Amino acid sequence: MAEIPEHLLKRAQEARDRLQDGDEGAATATEDKSETKIPEHLLERTVAAKDREPAAVASAAAPVSGSAPLPPVGSGPGGNTQRLLTVVKSGSIQDVKLKPVDKVHVWPHLLIVEFVAALSITAFTVIFSIFVNAPLLELANFNQTPNPSKAPWYFLGLQELLTLFHPMVAGVTIPGLALFLLILAPYIDKNPSNKPEDRKFAISLMTIHLMFWGVLVMIGSFFRGPGFNFIFPWAEGLFFEL
Amino acid sequence: MPKQSVGEKLNDISEQMKSSQAWNSIFRPGSIFRKGYSDSPRNRSYVVMNSLIYHLHPVKVKRHAVKVSYTLCLGGLSFFLFILLTVTGIFLMFFYRPTAAQAWDDIYTLQTSVTFGLLVRNMHRWAAHLMVLTVFLHMARVFYHGAYKAPREFNWVIGVILLTLTLLLSFTGYLLPWDQLALWAVTVGTNMMGYTPVFGDQVRFVLLGGVEIGTDTLLRWYVLHVLMLPFVAVIFMAIHFWRVRKDGGISGPL
Repeated sequence: MAEIPEHLLKRAQEARDRLQDGDEGAATATEDKSETKIPEHLLERTVAAKDREPAAVASAAAPVSGSAPLPPVGSGPGGNTQRLLTVVKSGSIQDVKLKPVDKVHVWPHLLIVEFVAALSITAFTVIFSIFVNAPLLELANFNQTPNPSKAPWYFLGLQELLTLFHPMVAGVTIPGLALFLLILAPYIDKNPSNKPEDRKFAISLMTIHLMFWGVLVMIGSFFRGPGFNFIFPWAEGLFFEL
Repeated sequence: MPKQSVGEKLNDISEQMKSSQAWNSIFRPGSIFRKGYSDSPRNRSYVVMNSLIYHLHPVKVKRHAVKVSYTLCLGGLSFFLFILLTVTGIFLMFFYRPTAAQAWDDIYTLQTSVTFGLLVRNMHRWAAHLMVLTVFLHMARVFYHGAYKAPREFNWVIGVILLTLTLLLSFTGYLLPWDQLALWAVTVGTNMMGYTPVFGDQVRFVLLGGVEIGTDTLLRWYVLHVLMLPFVAVIFMAIHFWRVRKDGGISGPL
């Protein structure tokens, strides 16, 4: 269950105290007009209207008496001009949240975090760009194939698969299937819980695949040298450009 | 009349400015730039409600949603990197012509003769790699929190589309410097796509704008990179962010 914040608990306690005080003084409070929330001048107006009531009945009986039409007189309890037609319970029309949700203001709590995050990544990018230059090799030359030629790093897992399977399997079927299954994940996984202890299978399956993918990318990036042959980067150097 | 101090004069000017029609037409009623800001719950709400932020965030979020340890800010960082890439990319566009004869020279000139040219190109490159990384990690984070479950299934689908778009954006950008790295990386990539069953050759032809990589490919990938893919990505991002709010804010707590 969600924890109820302190200020709400305090408010509830105050309301309960007030109610208790009201019960104890119930006998006197009913008579004590100054305790009610209705302003004095409105109460006076109600009393005046009650006094007028006999006169209004008389004028209704004799409509041609010539006196100016009086304002409508209430017939409800206490001389009210409105009547209670029905009681709409909270929750029957509007969705009322029964459990209080602990919320915080986006400003400053979230926006400051986002601002700091954006600032840090900008600073990191700028500083990194000052010290490390993006590669620009010599002009593209169709007659000179570099050895090895590698795809961008995020495709090197696929290129690594090319050494194991037919290109149609490695280049199209496996990535296509992976993407397809990824899209379908929420419709395949019917388990409603988001607790890690309830989704051991889903988590291990994903972890295995991510690790598998990570290892392939690593091998393709760092452990493949000329001719895309297996090498150790510490022995034969890096063949990797970002 | 007593002489006004500089502070008082400045105060007068700012008062005049704030009561002008121009100022009040720019800032909505309730904006903190009209009324000033003092810390109160109402003003905290106004900051969001009377600014563009309201398109992205509600006034209040669940307390756990602001914990950095839950999201690691990965989605927000991906979006921010997209903006950073747009800004640096626009700068690069001023100095680049997408033809086989000029592309490499333009990049070279940009690096050697344009003020901040090298720095901005570096930033564009590294931010692009970073964005692939953050988008990928964002996906992993969402998976491990089970945040793709109802009612967020469709937002996950959009997320996977955005991941694909990010990879395509990065890959189309890879060719543009027209150096040996670009040419042969793209050769490897497009050869792979040429193995699509049944219409492999057609797929390759459409991608390359010909039977082999050339100046037509460059133009095609340039347009994809600077216009079409960002356009599509922005639309999907808009839906993605809208759905985050409509589906009840971010998921959790676990």
